[in-house]
Amino acid sequence: MTRRLRREPSWRAIMLCAAVTVLAVAVCDAALAQSSPFGVPRPQAPAAPSDGIVGWLLAKQAEFYRALSGAIRAAKADGTAVWGLFGLSFLYGIFHAAGPGHGKAVIASYVVANDETWRRGVILSFASAFLQALVAVALVGVVAILLGATARVMGDIVRYIEIISYSLITLLGARLLWVKGRAAIADFRGLQTEHEHFQHAHGHAHGHHHHHGHAHHGHDHAHDESCGHSHGPEPKDLAGPGGWKRGLTAIVAVGLRPCSGAILVLVFALAQGIFWAGVGATFIMGLGTAITVAVIATITVGAQGWARKLASSQPGSGTLAMRGLEVAAALFVLLFGLALLAGYMVNERMFPA
Amino acid sequence: MTRLFKALLASAVLTLAFSSGADAHPHVFVTIKSEIVYDAEGKVTGIRHAWTFDDMFSTYATQGLESKQKGVFTREELAALAEVNVTSMKEFDFFTQGKLNGEKIAFGDPKDYWLDFKDQVLTLNFTLPVKTPVRMRDMNLDIYDPAYFVSFELAESEPIRLVAAPAACKLSVAKPNDSSAQTKNLGESFFNQMDPKNPFGTQFANKISVKCP
Repeated sequence: MTRRLRREPSWRAIMLCAAVTVLAVAVCDAALAQSSPFGVPRPQAPAAPSDGIVGWLLAKQAEFYRALSGAIRAAKADGTAVWGLFGLSFLYGIFHAAGPGHGKAVIASYVVANDETWRRGVILSFASAFLQALVAVALVGVVAILLGATARVMGDIVRYIEIISYSLITLLGARLLWVKGRAAIADFRGLQTEHEHFQHAHGHAHGHHHHHGHAHHGHDHAHDESCGHSHGPEPKDLAGPGGWKRGLTAIVAVGLRPCSGAILVLVFALAQGIFWAGVGATFIMGLGTAITVAVIATITVGAQGWARKLASSQPGSGTLAMRGLEVAAALFVLLFGLALLAGYMVNERMFPA
Repeated sequence: MTRLFKALLASAVLTLAFSSGADAHPHVFVTIKSEIVYDAEGKVTGIRHAWTFDDMFSTYATQGLESKQKGVFTREELAALAEVNVTSMKEFDFFTQGKLNGEKIAFGDPKDYWLDFKDQVLTLNFTLPVKTPVRMRDMNLDIYDPAYFVSFELAESEPIRLVAAPAACKLSVAKPNDSSAQTKNLGESFFNQMDPKNPFGTQFANKISVKCP
């Protein structure tokens, strides 16, 4: 037993590393903060190396992005060329999201922290990408077309939206950390007194929805009769009371901030007199983004499931380790929010009044 | 258990280590045409930039601006925008860094700035004065955005010119990731002046070097 104990953690360690690393990839550009030398919200942090996969992704999305203006011009001259624009937008969306992006980071962390199902991960990805496209279209539609405002005014509005979005991410992280931290503490105490633990886990299972599925998981052997919930996705859980509401904060927090690229495309299409093509391109970009983020969310869920399986061989410490992962993910969300806000605060003075 | 948490911690640290990346791909593209200007005594006085933006950004930047003729903007109509541009670029050191005779160049506030709108694109003209003009032995100049939000590209022909330079001065220009001999000639000095905190954009730096032996 002792030997087994000593060997097992290294396996679990590898699995956890894998899970966390998936998160890491998802999370890469936490420090995305905007500052604006030319009135376009601009990420602040220096980025990853330009060679290897990341470099290739960056090069590809830059290539697609640059081709967009030509495609819009072509669509103006010849209506059928709009399909070329849409295809390009789709590819841009896919590649854009595959590069680091804070939306993806928050969604992946949220999924881990809440121990969500892949289906909810996919729904979150699509909903937030759709919202993001919608905000971009609404912004340019209302502010540029109806009000005839300048790029500067649009930039200012985007910055207000960013504050709200980043604050929401911070709040989301704080709430997750509160819930997950307490659950972890409860589990930790439970480890010491097995029976007490059962009481705690049971009590929380109703108070805090989903993640408790696995709390039960960890204790299946000991308390089979306590396994009231199944771990799989239930339709009522997705759409029922608390189901949508639960994910809504994450969707809004992530989807509220429009993508600079989409705004530029929309304004350019507007100037060419084919705003509708820009709107189409924006939503198709969103579709591409959603697919990539959904894939990442699914991989994250898979990695977590794998880690959980390994952890479940050690009912006590294994559960605790999974709790640790959740708490870490919750902490990530909180730190992102704070980093984004701090980035905002630091950079605000850069904007001329 | 301890090992598990150590592993978790290690992953977290790794994450942070690798997560310094931005989702940077350029949203603004600039084509550089710049001049290094000397005075009558052969001292370098400043850098005169003429940066042309891409069409998508140019359209965005001029969105909603009032003009007498729709879609055409005069220098006067763009004056406020030019002011905003040069003011806001200060925080980014005007994307222009370099060493003059081994010392980091100190630039003064930009002057003579204006925007032109031609062929649907904006060109930002401005002069960055060298605070204390000196005789040049050697100068290295980089024009780039460390965060790679703005992509700076040298113009096809004569991207950099020496204006009224002493006859002995020789200019060499290397494009980013250019493995030609010119890059190698820059040697260590260029790499020494890189900011280790901002390693990313440096590979997109346009490396300009002048030697006046």
